[in-house]
Amino acid sequence: MTDAEAIGIINDSMVREFELDPETMTPEAHLVKDLEMDSLDFVDLVVVLQEAFGIKLRNDSSVKEISTLGDLHDLVLQKKRQLEAEKK
Amino acid sequence: MNKRRVVITGIGAVSPFGLGVKCLWDNLLSGNSAVKMIPYFKELGGLRSSVAAVVPEIDFSVINRKKRRFMSPMSMYSCIAALEAIEMAGLNGDQITSRDTGLCLASTMGSSAESEAFFQELSRSGSIENVKSTMFFKTMNHSCASNTAQALGITGRIVSASAACASGTLAIGLAYETVVAGNQNIMVCGGTDELHVLATAVFDIMSAASCNYNNDPQQTPRPFDIDRDGVVCAEGAGILILEELEHALNRGVDILAEVIGFETFSSPGDIANSDSRTMSDCMEGTLEQAGLSAEGVSYVNAHATATIQGDIAEAQAINAVLGEKVPVSSLKGHMGHTMAASGALELIASLQMMRYGVLIPTRNLATPDPKCDVINLILKPQNITGCVILKNSFALGGISATILIRRSIHD
Repeated sequence: MTDAEAIGIINDSMVREFELDPETMTPEAHLVKDLEMDSLDFVDLVVVLQEAFGIKLRNDSSVKEISTLGDLHDLVLQKKRQLEAEKK
Repeated sequence: MNKRRVVITGIGAVSPFGLGVKCLWDNLLSGNSAVKMIPYFKELGGLRSSVAAVVPEIDFSVINRKKRRFMSPMSMYSCIAALEAIEMAGLNGDQITSRDTGLCLASTMGSSAESEAFFQELSRSGSIENVKSTMFFKTMNHSCASNTAQALGITGRIVSASAACASGTLAIGLAYETVVAGNQNIMVCGGTDELHVLATAVFDIMSAASCNYNNDPQQTPRPFDIDRDGVVCAEGAGILILEELEHALNRGVDILAEVIGFETFSSPGDIANSDSRTMSDCMEGTLEQAGLSAEGVSYVNAHATATIQGDIAEAQAINAVLGEKVPVSSLKGHMGHTMAASGALELIASLQMMRYGVLIPTRNLATPDPKCDVINLILKPQNITGCVILKNSFALGGISATILIRRSIHD
């Protein structure tokens, strides 16, 4: 899976889960201010991403530092690479 | 001081026929059935009943996502039905969100599907890591009431007194008493439920679910009929707006009917079967409250779910209190047993009968069981004479509830 494909999965999952407008899914979009996600959405976002990529995010403090969709993409890609490295 | 009078100013429905009171009424008037064979039920070991009546697909996007995410189908049904009732009652946002407006709504239980999914995940993975934050809010006993209140912005009292199949009628009755007592001027009230195999299984285990018509689902259930063989489970929501009479008159809103009596009693002798004596006491108590004699009742909308014992007990109770002349029918033959919603949906349908002057007969009642044929079981549509309707609901757990409505405040 390429990074672009992974980002596509992240965005599609969020559009479906949180009924977001695909056109708002830009890397600069602020998850709270622009996409109107709240604390419970963040809990469910973690569940959706864990299921989609098999990664562990629930107890990861870096999740709390995310502001934009681009930040989220970066974190998921990083966790995905870590998982792939561990498997090797 | 005179007792405060309570009127109905709005009604809303989500039924196995679809969205809205008009849809419900049109299908009842046409004598249609919403009962279907459920393929999933056929695959389950030991489950003999494969029929149910389910709500067709509805667009719930009118409910804000941040409210809807906590809702299982039953809460969405009640929310949509409430919006219809509120629109009919002409209530604005300020009136709904005033502390003067409360809500009394119940389901049989919280969402079984959501509980099932939680335990399945726990069993599968041995972990709660992939459980979403919204799960619990769908499984609470008062999930439907809280979710509907949240979506509507209700700030008055919320009551969710679950009483299985009598939940809807009990909720309307408690809402009525709340307004009579002066604790609220407006109550949004009713019942709601979503179909889960648990309900059908419960009746099947007790040999009280319909099993003989799996290949001909629209021939069941058959309330009061000699060939009836049990309950057909269903889902939906019925919501009514109850309002203090002067409050409604001051608003200049159309009054659909007046609630004039309510009673609920328990029969501790048997948790699975309501006894005929408690049923008749409940009807008598309701009449006493309204100061009416038996002759004053124009129609009885029976609970009659098509169980062997329940229909006989109710027919005998009606006979004991009201005699054999008053017309009686059950709407379970059209749309199955909508569980907690049944009292409210069937009261709404009865109210429509009064408004349009026509009584709907029991679908699938071809040959009355002689043991039930002690009352006036109507077999075809007929004009209503009179203006008072009595609605019965009886529940597992030994709870009986009866409500009485009158067409006009001037009757």
